[in-house]
Amino acid sequence: MRLEPRESVALGWQVGAPLLAVIIAMALCSGLILWAGASPLSAWGLLLKGALGSTFALTETLTRATPLIFTGLAVAVAFRAKLWNIGGEGQFYVGACMATWLGTGLITLPAWLMIPFLFLTGALAGGLFLLIPTWLKTQLKADEVVTTLLLNFVVLLVVNWLVFGPWKDPMAMGWPQAAPVIDQAMLPILVPKSSLHLGFILALACALLMWWMMRFTIWGFEIRAVGASLKASTFAGMPVRATIIRTALLSGGLAAMAGVSELCGVKGYLTLDLSPGFGYSGIVVAMLAALHPLGVVLSAIFIAVIYIGADSMSRAINISNYIADVTTAVCLLMVLLAMFLTRYRIRWK
Amino acid sequence: MPNTPVLRLCGITKYFGPLAANDDISLTLNAGEMLALLGENGAGKTTLMSILFGHYVADSGTVEVQGEALPPGSPRAALTAGVGMVHQHFTLAGNMTVLENIMLGTEPLWGFRRNSARARAKLGALMERFQLRVDPFAMVRGLSVGERQRVEILKVLYRDARILILDEPTAVLTPQESDHLFATLRELVNQGVSVIFITHKLREVMAASDRCVVLRHGRVVLETSTKATSAEELAKAMVGASIPQATRTPHPHGEEVLFLDRVNASAPDRGASLNELTLSVRAHEILGIAGVSGNGQALLADLLSGLVAPAGGNIVLRGQTVNHLTPAAMIRAGVGRVPDDRTGTGLVADMTVMENLSTEIYRLPGFSKRGMLNFKALASRAAQLMDVFDIRCAGPDAPVRKLSGGNMQKLILGRVLSQGPHLILANQPTWGLDVGATAAVHQHLLDAARRGAGVILISEDLDELFQLSDRIQVMYQGRLSAPQDTSVDRARLGLMMSGQTFDHRGAA
Amino acid sequence: MDILSLFLETGFWLAMVRMATPLIFGTMGELICERAGVLNLGIKGIMAAGCMSGWTWVFLGGTLWGGVLFAACVGAALGLLHAVFTVHLGLSQHVTGLGITMLGVSLSSFVFRMVLPQVTTPPKIVPFAPLDIPVLSTLPFIGPVLFSQTALTLLAFILVGVTAYVLLRTPLGLALRMVGENPLAAEAQGLSVLGLRTGAVMVGSAFMAVGGAFLTLAAFDAFYIGMVNGRGWICIALVVFSSWKPGKALLGALLFAAFDAIQMRVQQQSISAIPYQFYLMLPYLCSILALITMSRKAAYPKALLVPFRKGER
Repeated sequence: MRLEPRESVALGWQVGAPLLAVIIAMALCSGLILWAGASPLSAWGLLLKGALGSTFALTETLTRATPLIFTGLAVAVAFRAKLWNIGGEGQFYVGACMATWLGTGLITLPAWLMIPFLFLTGALAGGLFLLIPTWLKTQLKADEVVTTLLLNFVVLLVVNWLVFGPWKDPMAMGWPQAAPVIDQAMLPILVPKSSLHLGFILALACALLMWWMMRFTIWGFEIRAVGASLKASTFAGMPVRATIIRTALLSGGLAAMAGVSELCGVKGYLTLDLSPGFGYSGIVVAMLAALHPLGVVLSAIFIAVIYIGADSMSRAINISNYIADVTTAVCLLMVLLAMFLTRYRIRWK
Repeated sequence: MPNTPVLRLCGITKYFGPLAANDDISLTLNAGEMLALLGENGAGKTTLMSILFGHYVADSGTVEVQGEALPPGSPRAALTAGVGMVHQHFTLAGNMTVLENIMLGTEPLWGFRRNSARARAKLGALMERFQLRVDPFAMVRGLSVGERQRVEILKVLYRDARILILDEPTAVLTPQESDHLFATLRELVNQGVSVIFITHKLREVMAASDRCVVLRHGRVVLETSTKATSAEELAKAMVGASIPQATRTPHPHGEEVLFLDRVNASAPDRGASLNELTLSVRAHEILGIAGVSGNGQALLADLLSGLVAPAGGNIVLRGQTVNHLTPAAMIRAGVGRVPDDRTGTGLVADMTVMENLSTEIYRLPGFSKRGMLNFKALASRAAQLMDVFDIRCAGPDAPVRKLSGGNMQKLILGRVLSQGPHLILANQPTWGLDVGATAAVHQHLLDAARRGAGVILISEDLDELFQLSDRIQVMYQGRLSAPQDTSVDRARLGLMMSGQTFDHRGAA
Repeated sequence: MDILSLFLETGFWLAMVRMATPLIFGTMGELICERAGVLNLGIKGIMAAGCMSGWTWVFLGGTLWGGVLFAACVGAALGLLHAVFTVHLGLSQHVTGLGITMLGVSLSSFVFRMVLPQVTTPPKIVPFAPLDIPVLSTLPFIGPVLFSQTALTLLAFILVGVTAYVLLRTPLGLALRMVGENPLAAEAQGLSVLGLRTGAVMVGSAFMAVGGAFLTLAAFDAFYIGMVNGRGWICIALVVFSSWKPGKALLGALLFAAFDAIQMRVQQQSISAIPYQFYLMLPYLCSILALITMSRKAAYPKALLVPFRKGER
């Protein structure tokens, strides 16, 4: 087997290939659905209906997509600079903790100030937190894949201690959770009788901002250059150190904003399961979007469709809802393959 | 000795995309013969030998060793058939010992235990026989370039190769070491080995080979016995037409643009440290730095590029001492840097031509404002530079990795020279380029000197140094010789490159 | 009772060696992959898959060793998937690994639910019993600690020795190391880089899966979703901590397991004023510390994370 680079790729293929990959992934997972004794076509139909088939379903999907957009952007900007931030999960909780600390009564501001205040402080905390493994990477050459990953567990343990210990809400009837944030901190709902909250708009705004920054500004240019070639950008006199710090602050900040958004928009109080893996899903979201900020919005919604739809489908036809995770994983691998096949041709000897 | 072919290549064709790297090449190697494979960079020599050795698979054509067809694409088959290759870029693992590198692949994979003692004995015998000595238990990363090449050759001899391919073997050697290498090869030939060596140095071909084959644009254009030809005929065959060589017009030198005052510098993995280095360059002057790589050139280039800070001594640019050394500071101070590693250091391979032309100036007023890039200004500047410097590509948005070596170098030169630098550092500027691109680069450097820049030219190519420089200094172990006039004898320069005739103060 | 008296208990050391076992398997597996130049981030998924498949084999009526073998095969299959993507096609090792982790974890949960739809308490199997090696297990202190463990723990220790020997003393080990240092050099000596790397990833993944199977077949006797937890990621850190050397990896695994054992006792017996979560944090923080001190002079395989594209210009 030999690999040959393709000379050029039609735009149709570049967009179509990931789509084809998703369809193939779903076909592969159909095998599992058959095993569970259901018909794949009706199952996928139920999935789509559960995610998009009504206004309520749509709002559920977009609500689920909101934290994924934030963490997807966090990963996209970091990976662009070849900063392998696998710590989105930890940064998410850092943001949520910061918002809990400041937003449960310590500081009271009118809502139009409180909300930006919590987002900014949460982002700052998350950004500074990511600076630690980033500093370890640049100064001490410690692999950031491992350090960010391990710090996730450290953060989770701190949250565990907090909600079982000092921050445990005495009014919560024994459940391990912190006190709820004050009313001024709760994000307004966008569509009545749904859970779609302001966080979604903020996430979209961040996506636009990131796209604009990467494409039109000197900082975006520097991030792309540093990621593409550290040696060449250093040689050219670019402010490499500042760029990496900027990237870490942005990435950690965005992931932390996911935490603030979930806290103040959905749950209202800090719990151990505030994130069912949003940080890790952010990696999938970013890779499916080929690290493009606007693409992140689309792939976040796609992943949300799979989760919400699979949830609904699994309740309807009695199949375990792990099918959502399986489908996402297979999608990721298939899209990787598809993006590869658009760049290389395989020749069999 | 009757001409019995030991190796026969028939009709080898290989395409990389639309480019024919090898186009229907046929070639024969006879027993006990030293064949030189000639051609300028990009002619297809390495591709052909890589096909022979099995690294690449030809699109069509066959290879026969001792009359038997060689299965394509398998270095293992080539080794079994007695073909051995000494690669241009050494195929050695730095984190392992010499013995381990040589033993690799020579024992059955599922063997229970490596027989180091037997290997050691065999290696010892080879080292004795061919006078190629290295410590078998040394880590390769600690060896000098010359020693590493010895390991490469021993590796091939260890496998009882009867056909030896050497790819640009003298690229990293002093003239004396090159002579020694060819003497060794001649000894091998006398003992029954047949040798092909790839080179673009005519001097070597005339002195050492029995026959030569010239490639140009992937085709064989000349095949002859060495005695029956001349350097001029070979040069003409290599290039196909005569390309005007850049000529130096002497210019009165101006004020001093660079003064290095007893500079000390060192860095890990960058070769010899700089030791009380002193040099001076004036405007309109081209100073050539000769020497085998590893003697401090890398550090000198890093210093002038702003990548390494001196541990002692002063750097004075146009009368001002430079205090805080960074690449940005050097660019601002008017230093233009052409690095030796085009694709790794000089260019961001994944970005476009326009983006690469902009990497040193995008923050300047006019090209960006309050953080926003001014694409119009950047694009028009790029178009202008592409025109003036003849950068051939699909357009300003073409990815830079698709450019040929020559066009990449023209891009870098365009980026550097358009800023009107006072001092230009050119580090191996024509390495890997064909004659046409080389001439263009030379002309740009000469023009820059004529306009008033001072140029430091670091090069391993003595011909280039003699052609362009006003004065030449030899670098050895971090020290510089006294400046030599260009009428100096090549042999004397060779001696200086290997450290002889340097007195203890570092002057020669 | 305070922390220090913990170290005098044989039971503590016994637990430590037992808890180190899956880490030893996982770290050996990852070490082999990385020495050959491939970062295998799929370790958590592969361990989960091994965990579940070993247990399922026994639950459906097979023998314990059959379960171990089946788990190894499942691991090797996932390793092959990883190798096709990263070695043969040269795709991102980070993303492929994470994808396989997601696949392994979710697929094993899904299959478990299919096999056992409605249970609240997972059914038990009869796990490996501790082997009491004659004579040796009667030695004071180290007797029960080292020689009364289950067969799989013994296998783990043996594996460390075998891995070290193969890597350093056999032609295969030399070839594997070279493929991780300079693949072109390996090819120039007639070796198949793709074949060696694929084999290394498959064997390494099989080891990881056996480490997962240990959890259900020896340490505990039932399968819980989420059983593997953070163990897979710790192995990644342990490989760097060990400078890619099997002997040091063994020490690292024992050290980590010691911390794990401490925090469990602290949780159970409230023998410390510091909340137990902080003891749980210690292994992770120590791993980071170890990473920092080792990274400075890390003799990492030079071709790690670099795909080998044969015949490409």
